[in-house]
Amino acid sequence: MLESFFVRALIAGTGVAAVAGPLGCFIVWRRLAYFGDTLSHAALLGVALALLMEINITLSVFTVATLVALALMALQRRASLSADALLGLLAHSSLAIGLVCLAFMTWVRMDLMGLLFGDILAVSKTDIAIIYAGGAAVLVVLALIWKPLFAATVSPELARAEGMNPARADLLFMLLLAGTIAIAMKIVGVLLITALMLIPAAAARRFAATPERMAVMAAAAGILAVVAGLFASLEWDTPSGPSIVVAAMALFLLSLAPIPATQRN
Amino acid sequence: MDQSATPPRAVQPLASLTNAGVSRSGRWLVRGVSLTVQPGEIVTLIGPNGSGKSTSVKLALGILDPTEGNASRRKGLRVGYVPQKLAIDWTLPLTVSRFLRLTGPVREDEAKAALAETGIAHLQASELRNLSGGEFQRAMLARAILRKPDLLVLDEPVQGVDFNGETALYELISKIRDRLGCGILMVSHDLHVVMAATDKVICLNGHVCCEGAPHSVAEDPAYRQLFGERASTLAIYQHHHDHTHLPDGRVRHADGTITDDCHPGDGHHHHGHKGHEKHDHA
Repeated sequence: MLESFFVRALIAGTGVAAVAGPLGCFIVWRRLAYFGDTLSHAALLGVALALLMEINITLSVFTVATLVALALMALQRRASLSADALLGLLAHSSLAIGLVCLAFMTWVRMDLMGLLFGDILAVSKTDIAIIYAGGAAVLVVLALIWKPLFAATVSPELARAEGMNPARADLLFMLLLAGTIAIAMKIVGVLLITALMLIPAAAARRFAATPERMAVMAAAAGILAVVAGLFASLEWDTPSGPSIVVAAMALFLLSLAPIPATQRN
Repeated sequence: MDQSATPPRAVQPLASLTNAGVSRSGRWLVRGVSLTVQPGEIVTLIGPNGSGKSTSVKLALGILDPTEGNASRRKGLRVGYVPQKLAIDWTLPLTVSRFLRLTGPVREDEAKAALAETGIAHLQASELRNLSGGEFQRAMLARAILRKPDLLVLDEPVQGVDFNGETALYELISKIRDRLGCGILMVSHDLHVVMAATDKVICLNGHVCCEGAPHSVAEDPAYRQLFGERASTLAIYQHHHDHTHLPDGRVRHADGTITDDCHPGDGHHHHGHKGHEKHDHA
């Protein structure tokens, strides 16, 4: 069954969406959308470095995204530029540097479209193994730090005052974000990873009564979007990333539809 | 946990600041603050906006590290904190019941009791973001109480609460102190009126201006008339500063001199600093 590229893509996409949904909830709650964008754009720089130094691409992307996250946290503390401008600056310059580096490496034949927008044809058995091993690790760590991370999301000062360690939870969350970007890159492409985290979480919001339920529903919505998007991509020969994001957006719009009978105040 | 009220004793304080200050990009938010909170003691901070009340509280809690001086807390101290503001994104599904369990497990019957005490028993299943300002304050207070803290820190706990509710909450706070024997560090939203049960009032204005015991309005017919039934829970803290903070950040002293800064030992102060009690000459 794994011989079919399409089945491989479905399995890989499902694994990615299951991890992206819960992390996406924290991105929405903490208003980190632009932050996530910056990290995922830096992934392209990671790809360029991996090709240049001939190391594993996933590992390289994870490392670069982590370094950018740490740099951002340090720079925001100095705060000479507004956080907003700083993120925009880093997001686009890392994307541009990545593209320029790739263009210089004339000996590498790289499908740039696949990098930017995802490529279902490129998903290998090794990729699936990486996605599921990495994804499981991300979810386990997220479950372990859930309580302090959630408390820090409501109020870092409250969490700190009452004996929790929000700084450590924040740091681990950055690592999880970097890890998710590294495994999601192949399916949705660097430009659209944040969308796969954000949009399913936004779609789940209205139906979730607790934060945990919202995380599970976001994962489910993401998986639904991946399946629908990949079928559409196969059917109309569109790039997989945008197709998945369009499917997620459709789910989000559906979630806005009025259903007064089941709503209570 | 069910101990009776312990009078303030000279034991190791729950939290203390010693000449502590915080500076941000070359400006002192607050400087030279010394205070202690003993078990069973209620300490109230007053002062104008931007005088460093919240900053001092955060120093005492260890949320901020002092740029100079010292901040210390007793080892293993259990804290209940009601911050001045909480900014919760509307996308976060959070009920009152879940909010009570934010930093630790809580028994269901105790949660119900705490909500009943703060007067919002009917809101247990409500979304936090749908609460009014006053209801939100009560939910935060219920959460802090439920932790059975050694030190209860309340940053403007009655903001947004109506006239009668304020009296009831102040009564509840002093009841909690008696029941848990905890120390309370509180920021008052009023410059002159504090909770009557307050043991010590500290007036801040970028530094400790003066400190002392409040004069209970209950004893004074004039104030009783002014405040009516509130009189038993509120007290007036009367004090006169020996200097004025000018809009440009400089300081005009009682002797007419103007300086850039304001320190207890700068020779312009006759009294009022360093724990000198200076109050209630009414």
